[in-house]
Amino acid sequence: MTAYRLTSGGLVDRGANLDFKFDGKTLTGLSGDTLASALLANDRLLVGRSFKYHRPRGIVTAGASEPNALVTIGKGASTDPNTKATVAELYAGLDARSQNRWPSLKYDFGAVNGLLSPFLGAGFYYKTFMWPAAFWEKVYEPIIRRAAGLGRVVLERDPEAYEKCWAHCDLLVVGSGPTGLMAALVAGRAGLRVILADEDFRLGGSLLAETTRIDGVSAQAFAEASLAELRSLPNVTIMPRTTVFGWYDDNVFGAVERVQKHVAMPQAKLPVERLWRIAAKRALLATGAEERPLVFGGNDKPGVMMAGAMRTYANRFGVAAGRSVAIFSNGSAGYQAAHDLAAQGVEIAAIIDSRSDVADVAPAGVRLIQSGSVIDTQGRQRVSGIVVERSGFEETIACDAIGMSGGWNPVIHLACQRGAKAVWSPELQTFLAPDVGNGLVVAGSAAGRYTLVGCLADGAQKAAAIAADLGFSAPAEAMPVVEEDIDPSFTALWYSPGAKAKAFIDFQNDVHVRDIGLALREGFGHVEHAKRYTTNGMATDQGKLSGINATGLLAAMQGISPADVGTTTFRPFYTPVTLGALAGTSRDEHAAPVRKSPLHGWAQKNGAVFVDSGLWYRPAYFARSGEKTWRESTDREVRNVRENVGLCDVSTLGKIEIFGPDAAEFLNRIYCNAFLKLPVGKARYGLMLREDGMVYDDGTTSRLSSEHFFMTTTTALAGGVMSHMEYCAQVLWPDLRVRFCSSTDQWAQMAIAGPKARLVVQALVEDDISDAAFPFLAAGIVALKGGLKARLFRISFSGELAYELAVPAGSGEAVADAIMEEGRAHGICAYGLEALNVLRMEKGHVTHAEFDGRVTPDDAGFGRMVSAQKPDFIGKRLSTRYGLTAADRMQMVGLKPVEADQHIRAGAHLLREGAKPSTLNDQGYVSSACFSPTLGHDIALAFLKSGRERYGERIVVWDKLAGADVVAEVCNPVFVDPGNAKLNV
Amino acid sequence: MRYSAFSIVKNALSGNVNWKPAWRQPEPKPFYDVIIVGGGGHGLATAYYLAREFGLKNIAVLEKNYLGSGNVGRNTTIVRSNYMLPGNEPFYEFSMKLWEGMEQDLNYNAMLSQRGVINLYHNDGQRDAYIRRGNAMWMEGVPAELLDRAALKKMLPFLNFAHARFPIMGGLLQKRGGTARHDAVAWGYARAADRLGVDLIQNCEVTGIRREHGVVTGVETSKGFIGCGKLGLAAAGNTSRVGEMAGLKLPIESHVLQAFVTEGLKPAIDHVITYGAGHFYISQSDKGGLVFGAEIDGYNSYAQRGNLATVEHVMEEGVTMIPGLSRVRVLRSWGGVMDMSMDGSPIISQTPIDNLYLNCGWCYGGFKATPASGWCFAHLIAKNETHPVARFLRLDRFERGYPIDEHGAGPQPNLH
Amino acid sequence: MASLIHCPHCGVRPKEEFSIRGDASLVRPDPEASDEAWHDYVHIRSNPRGRYREHWQHVAGCRRWLVVERDTFTHEVFSVTDGAATAREAGR
Repeated sequence: MTAYRLTSGGLVDRGANLDFKFDGKTLTGLSGDTLASALLANDRLLVGRSFKYHRPRGIVTAGASEPNALVTIGKGASTDPNTKATVAELYAGLDARSQNRWPSLKYDFGAVNGLLSPFLGAGFYYKTFMWPAAFWEKVYEPIIRRAAGLGRVVLERDPEAYEKCWAHCDLLVVGSGPTGLMAALVAGRAGLRVILADEDFRLGGSLLAETTRIDGVSAQAFAEASLAELRSLPNVTIMPRTTVFGWYDDNVFGAVERVQKHVAMPQAKLPVERLWRIAAKRALLATGAEERPLVFGGNDKPGVMMAGAMRTYANRFGVAAGRSVAIFSNGSAGYQAAHDLAAQGVEIAAIIDSRSDVADVAPAGVRLIQSGSVIDTQGRQRVSGIVVERSGFEETIACDAIGMSGGWNPVIHLACQRGAKAVWSPELQTFLAPDVGNGLVVAGSAAGRYTLVGCLADGAQKAAAIAADLGFSAPAEAMPVVEEDIDPSFTALWYSPGAKAKAFIDFQNDVHVRDIGLALREGFGHVEHAKRYTTNGMATDQGKLSGINATGLLAAMQGISPADVGTTTFRPFYTPVTLGALAGTSRDEHAAPVRKSPLHGWAQKNGAVFVDSGLWYRPAYFARSGEKTWRESTDREVRNVRENVGLCDVSTLGKIEIFGPDAAEFLNRIYCNAFLKLPVGKARYGLMLREDGMVYDDGTTSRLSSEHFFMTTTTALAGGVMSHMEYCAQVLWPDLRVRFCSSTDQWAQMAIAGPKARLVVQALVEDDISDAAFPFLAAGIVALKGGLKARLFRISFSGELAYELAVPAGSGEAVADAIMEEGRAHGICAYGLEALNVLRMEKGHVTHAEFDGRVTPDDAGFGRMVSAQKPDFIGKRLSTRYGLTAADRMQMVGLKPVEADQHIRAGAHLLREGAKPSTLNDQGYVSSACFSPTLGHDIALAFLKSGRERYGERIVVWDKLAGADVVAEVCNPVFVDPGNAKLNV
Repeated sequence: MRYSAFSIVKNALSGNVNWKPAWRQPEPKPFYDVIIVGGGGHGLATAYYLAREFGLKNIAVLEKNYLGSGNVGRNTTIVRSNYMLPGNEPFYEFSMKLWEGMEQDLNYNAMLSQRGVINLYHNDGQRDAYIRRGNAMWMEGVPAELLDRAALKKMLPFLNFAHARFPIMGGLLQKRGGTARHDAVAWGYARAADRLGVDLIQNCEVTGIRREHGVVTGVETSKGFIGCGKLGLAAAGNTSRVGEMAGLKLPIESHVLQAFVTEGLKPAIDHVITYGAGHFYISQSDKGGLVFGAEIDGYNSYAQRGNLATVEHVMEEGVTMIPGLSRVRVLRSWGGVMDMSMDGSPIISQTPIDNLYLNCGWCYGGFKATPASGWCFAHLIAKNETHPVARFLRLDRFERGYPIDEHGAGPQPNLH
Repeated sequence: MASLIHCPHCGVRPKEEFSIRGDASLVRPDPEASDEAWHDYVHIRSNPRGRYREHWQHVAGCRRWLVVERDTFTHEVFSVTDGAATAREAGR
């Protein structure tokens, strides 16, 4: 028996027992415990296995830097791997399991790696596993992969909810220890909007483990009183369980609040975690300092712990880390731990101090060994003794726990996330935050002011300065009186010499002193090289404990200053954050908004099967009873449009209203074809280029009056075209008198296509729409029977006699219903995207399958449309580049299989008959293909080198992916009605 | 020192104290036949192939920081040759073949892991584009497979098949694609180049390019002037700044791309998977961390750090593609500065200055290109003629109208 | 940059509301300008490390194109102005 619950003391509720499980065994802790303190109280020293050598490991810290005590909490889809026991708040029913061991924590087969450690040093992967050549991937790597990793992830859908919020404040205080509390009090009293965030579930930071008294009360009572005052201030927001993980541009901080990670059954109405983006005018970093481990032989056994953590467990949680504790220290903090433990009745086996002639006083009766060096520890799965060397004499001292204190590292992570390098302080023997401007100020222990008095004063002063800077007046206040304060000074010790066992630097990744030596020897002495070569600092704690010691060792081994070695780069996240918190509600079906056409209801009634189209859901086809496949429905719809009439929802096309005296001029500049002289009442197909001469988008634009045009764009680029036009109007030609707005959502638009289209449309429209009165490409405002004003366009994507009718969105479904009703006698059917696509392919019309951003107008057969007369339009000049006019460019052609029952798939490539497949021989590709119900065989649109000269040529349609070659004939891409007879009736 | 089973055992038994430095730390000589600016993957590979393939002797690589301190050490380690356009595919396949022989070639294990790269598709248009791409790969002799939804479900059951906003219809698989240990690639080339006599000079920042009578005669550096016969720039991320020293105007913008790694996990994701309804991609390293990223932040930047809005967006895509990632914790994010070119494809090219050569514009695809980039750049520098697989990657392709635009997005770098 | 953009029309708004196009210092050449001038306009970028003017559009707000002047290394934003006003000043 080593660790145990003290009979009294601590901020735990001794009346509130909480049962929890560890590796299947039920244990009991107290309310106020972390999982780690509860495990210690139950004498569970062995809690994990290390990454590489699978060495037995115990709890080292009492906080966020814990490298060893990582457990998996929860079950099924609610499993959280790699959870730090030292920060996991205990709750009744918590179910934790140890990790990276097989078959059990106690008997781990992976520990055999430790025997092989001479072969597994830093960088060993790179030198080995190369023989024989094929063995790396087949044999070695799978073994390494299985052995690696920590916890096991359950890749199932997370049942719990997450959310995101913005918060704004004058001052964000990170950390609620003495510095943060004082800063929040000063700023809060001055009237600043303050957010005080702390990762812990209990606020107070180091005060929670202090034994001194402040203003005549215990440190804990002082913290509680301060918090009570802060809670009473309406301008102060206190955020416990909230980790500020990142500092981003414009002083925006990322923080994650663990709303319900500490409960067995999260409430459905609340998120389990909440992401905060905190826009702070100023921030004050009061994150304290991390105690530095000592690097000595055998320093990784369960029972070896930071001395400060032992203090925290004793004073805050009422748990003794051992019955007989040895302290190894290079500064006064170790003595402080010894005093506090001794006061709780724990035996102090000895204090080993690496320094000589120290003023620090050991507790009465405790043996003090100065100038001592720890060279080894005894015990296997828990410490049983410590081997000390002094003046050449070795001695073994029995103990069941070892507290180590190697000095202090200010927690400056956030301050260094934006590129500024930490600065070495020779006086403090540590790295401090650089000056990062007035957006972020570091205070208290985080700024190297370790005394309690210093922390309180620094927090108050810096907060007052910030308040003044922001125009608030902070009254001068008397500082709290601290009864007994210590100066935790130390003398840096990078390595305790004479180690007889591995002396670890990075506990989780099993990096020990020799690895650093090896890295240096092999030329990897740069601190980043050493990190990457040895993996030091790459574990889940990101070097919180190991980074400084690696720097110190690299410096010591080369005889240079740590200043010349520097630190590795600090980057987000301060501590790891779940993807769930960062993703928030944007997941699954809610990953993107859904857009529904005003005719969605109409389509549903008519049996539509919907398909995604960008954010839209569009009808793919309208299945009728008896139809078993999409093809059956589509073929019927196509035939019906060609023979009778069909109605298709085209509301998703982008629609833009364009107004102004210069509207025509504007259109003339953004389209490559002419628009200046488009008559009122006419629609025109328009082709829009990018400035590099490639086709960007196409659509029709109609002139409704001399200064009002109505443009349609493709569905896919509706937003892009709008932005492009805004850019042209605002930035390129700000003096043109043109204004426009999107009306995509305002109009329900439907295509009525087929030889009987006029019969159907005329039945609804008051105006005369005979061919004479409303010919092909006519456009105008018409009155529907009953008086509704609508826009009618005689345009055709299908190649049939066709109209597009636009009505206000709210009337869309009623009008569509009326059309179906009127059309019933004429055999009308609803048709979807699939049929639309077949119809347009039969007619040789293009979509973004053809206009893929690499195609010129001429490639697609629109060369003659490009105006040579216009002095300027977007894309004009670069269209004439050599490569865009070269004779061997791929041009759009039609393809039909030579044997009519053979199939062609979009994405197939083209080869000359008899040619060997090769990139050099590649002649082009199929952009669109379908079965044509009208022709009774497959047809395709394709891009073929110099294609328009090659009509009649037989070509191999090569679809290796499908294992199919089809011989096809190259032909004109207009398969149906090339003379446009059907349009002009 | 050659690495062999024998040397491993011998050193292990002698306490590993006899390993020799992987490379020398030479002081710069006054003159080199070829100087390569940039000690990243591409620069080191170029130097190695110059020495090994083209027999050059007097070569230096100048690195302003430490070897491998640029993008070779901050990418998501993906290796693949699944391109669509004839300007790209032969080049990347050449690279893939070099990857496959790299361990033996360099006597260094860069841990190439051909786990398979799968690009998901979510609609018919994307499927057709992947068929086109897969067939383009086959044209170059590169095996590709189209997987349907059922096959994917079996292979990757953890994908979001039940609740996807954009349903997963299938994927394009290149089995030979995978990952490699990024740092080891730089170290392997560095060590091999050093063994062939190349001087690798770290902490040597180029501050100026000296020209006389229209040709480059050497570079001003933080270690003084160093003369050279030919100068190759392989400083992606900072190409514009180095190019400016020689008066080059370039079709390049610098953008920041973020990448992420999670805490270590037991093997869960075997392949490299890319999301078709966004830019997200993910793989799992041999150490167990899930390595992933998505799109660039979108604005010009030389800062090696990104923004929270992009971080969130990446996570949204990740959780949408693989719902079970929700409870995994992301450990670290970092940013690399990318040379974004005007068509999303790289440049390995002569320049208007006769003895100045340019290797840049890698966008976010530079890592997989490392061996071929080095080989082709070395070929160009040594012979003053383009390697056949890199013949389309010329600098003047924009003026001449031969962009290699895989995304069809046009000359706006942040869209590629 | 940038987490927050101070839109001259809408106030301080998060980056997510904006889209970014690129270099705002480019001036579209005259139709008669040389091939080189056009090539430079479409393809060549100064790409400085430091002060830079960039076109952003407030797509989820006023939909105005803005000129954001900022530092490409520190990400500090110096000014945000309306693109049309800037273009007029430049006499385009």
